Amino acid sequence: MSSYNVKEMMSKKDRLAPGHRMCAGCGATIGVRAVLRALHEEDHAVIANATGCLEVSSFMYPYTAWEDSYIHNAFENAGATLSGVETAYKVLKKRGKLPENENFKFIAFGGDGGTYDIGFQSLSGAMERGHDLVYVCYDNGAYMNTGIQRSSATPMYADTTTTPAGKCSDGKMQNRKDLASIIADHDVAYVGQSTFTLNFNDLHKKAEKAIYTEGASFLNLMTPCPRGWRYPTEDIMEICRLAVETCYWPLFEVEHGKWRLTYEPKKKLPIEDFLRPQGRFKHLFKPGNEHLIEEFQAEVDRRWEDLLYKCNR
Amino acid sequence: MARKDRMSGNEAVAFAIRQINPDVMPAFPITPSTEIPQMVSTYIANGEIDTEFIPVESEHSAMSAAIGSEAAGARTLTATSSAGLAYMWEELLLAASNRMPIALALVNRTLSGPININCDHSDGMGARDTGWIQIYAENNQEVYDNFIQAYPIAEDPEVHLPIMICQDGFITSHAVENIELLEDEEVKEFVGEYEPEEFLLNPGKPIAVGPYSVTNYAMEAKKNQADALKHSQEIVLKVAEEFEKISGRKYGLFEEYRTEDADYIMLIMGSAAGTAKQAVDDLRAQGKKVGVIKLRLFRPFPAEELAEALKNAKAAAIMDRAESYNGNGGPLGSEVTAGLYRKKIMIETVNYIYGLGGRDFTVQEVYDIFGELEDFIENGNAPEQFKYIGLRK
Repeated sequence: MSSYNVKEMMSKKDRLAPGHRMCAGCGATIGVRAVLRALHEEDHAVIANATGCLEVSSFMYPYTAWEDSYIHNAFENAGATLSGVETAYKVLKKRGKLPENENFKFIAFGGDGGTYDIGFQSLSGAMERGHDLVYVCYDNGAYMNTGIQRSSATPMYADTTTTPAGKCSDGKMQNRKDLASIIADHDVAYVGQSTFTLNFNDLHKKAEKAIYTEGASFLNLMTPCPRGWRYPTEDIMEICRLAVETCYWPLFEVEHGKWRLTYEPKKKLPIEDFLRPQGRFKHLFKPGNEHLIEEFQAEVDRRWEDLLYKCNR
Repeated sequence: MARKDRMSGNEAVAFAIRQINPDVMPAFPITPSTEIPQMVSTYIANGEIDTEFIPVESEHSAMSAAIGSEAAGARTLTATSSAGLAYMWEELLLAASNRMPIALALVNRTLSGPININCDHSDGMGARDTGWIQIYAENNQEVYDNFIQAYPIAEDPEVHLPIMICQDGFITSHAVENIELLEDEEVKEFVGEYEPEEFLLNPGKPIAVGPYSVTNYAMEAKKNQADALKHSQEIVLKVAEEFEKISGRKYGLFEEYRTEDADYIMLIMGSAAGTAKQAVDDLRAQGKKVGVIKLRLFRPFPAEELAEALKNAKAAAIMDRAESYNGNGGPLGSEVTAGLYRKKIMIETVNYIYGLGGRDFTVQEVYDIFGELEDFIENGNAPEQFKYIGLRK
């Protein structure tokens, strides 16, 4: 693995060209560009993309923002689609139909709806079969493309358009699915969970490991959506920092079954710090709802303890 | 040199796959097509071919992986039946609209419910508007021959569309018949290498597949696709001509059996054509002027050619092995009569639904149908124009 220099990295040519139609401050594109920076320059890539914001905004006929080969198939099947591409590569290489010295890497991007929910079976199949590819979930915790509906990645109590907070509702009733852990239990080569913090060093290293570890890899990236989370667009880095410092979004990796915490906050911040700046949690701060925040905190604590245990801490 | 053998329909397709040695096969088990991926897996395990098999977790993923693989530049196929094809439905549309010349061995089985594993054409008919070329077979020889013609048709640069090679579940897929096989080398030469112009794995020449297409462009994409499908009819005939040169076996859009002077014609598809031909031979021996048209190419639908072939008959029985729940006729009934109307060929027709869920279709029923047509024309006893045959009394 190469050493990380933030200036050097940020001056690399982007493999997702500007001019796409994603929102200003969108976390998905920041995540995609960060992952693609981990590709070694001499390597080619085929990118697969589940239907979602990223797809409809980056490849609108007749324009594409992708510098590498790219395939969008449908909503629920980026895993299966890319497994077909990767298998084709294997057989065409084997049969001498591709140049020996040209290497391809295979990266899928899907939102949490296309990954945790409707694309879960296809992803699970691709991971279990052990294709040499990386599936990257850009997790913004709801179906943002269709207008902020809840997914199984949506945190408890979030106000979404299908779990609206109201007189008889506190928002989403269920806790979020822990997908990184579920995929790690598939016994894949590499799983990493990260977000935009620490100069992107953590994300970069995990992306590079995911891409260059042979076998199936999965990256779970928290990529905030200012529209759905309702915070000022320019605050994205602060939101990410708070997610990590409150242990809402811990940074860890699982390499061939071995769990490792890649960052531990010096002082765990209270979950209110993460919730307060976001409009989707505004109702939690109404007088009388203190218990909801307590419950949220208890769940964060429980998961954090569980993670520490897995990481032998 | 041809080789004589005996095989089931599934074995015949698997053998054709062995001879073609395609690049990638994603597949998921379902009765009665399961044997095909099983046999291919065995060929691979024994080193007879080096196709990459992807044991996907569903048919939806089978077709999704097939699209990925084909887009990457690999010759790809899969096999399925019934609910498997239904589960692929979304991806069937995408395979066609992305112009992926994937081959699919469809072993026809009814769609649930009630759940039933036996033959009818409701799976293939359910996918009739997905943009795939569909070719149906009467027997094992035909399904073998059709499979060998599949890639030359689908991969033709002016077609570039996926193709379904269909046979009747159990009736031909599991029944063993005599068959004449081509030599491996003949097949390899006939099918040739797949050399796509554009593909994902072309270093230095990246492509993007599957765009979001706004209203300004989507309609033209659909029209181009429809034109290519229509055009594939010519290519089907061209490939059949080439195939005849190496096999001596002749194929067209449909087969006309003793129709030259026929007053009454039965139009039918799949294995039941054999039953119909037997009945026609029997009735001809009694002096009845009857014949059979066996449809081979269902998509694109050769409406004009069929209308022309029926124009001298007094009446036609149009046989559907699928219900279409429109209250008005089966898929063949609707499309054939529309074709006749457009050509202003006003012969009488009766549309029969037969053989659903594996129900036997008998020679006696064919006699009865021809008798009904004759009674209609000779005595004016008009039957219902859309009816079932072979129901329990």
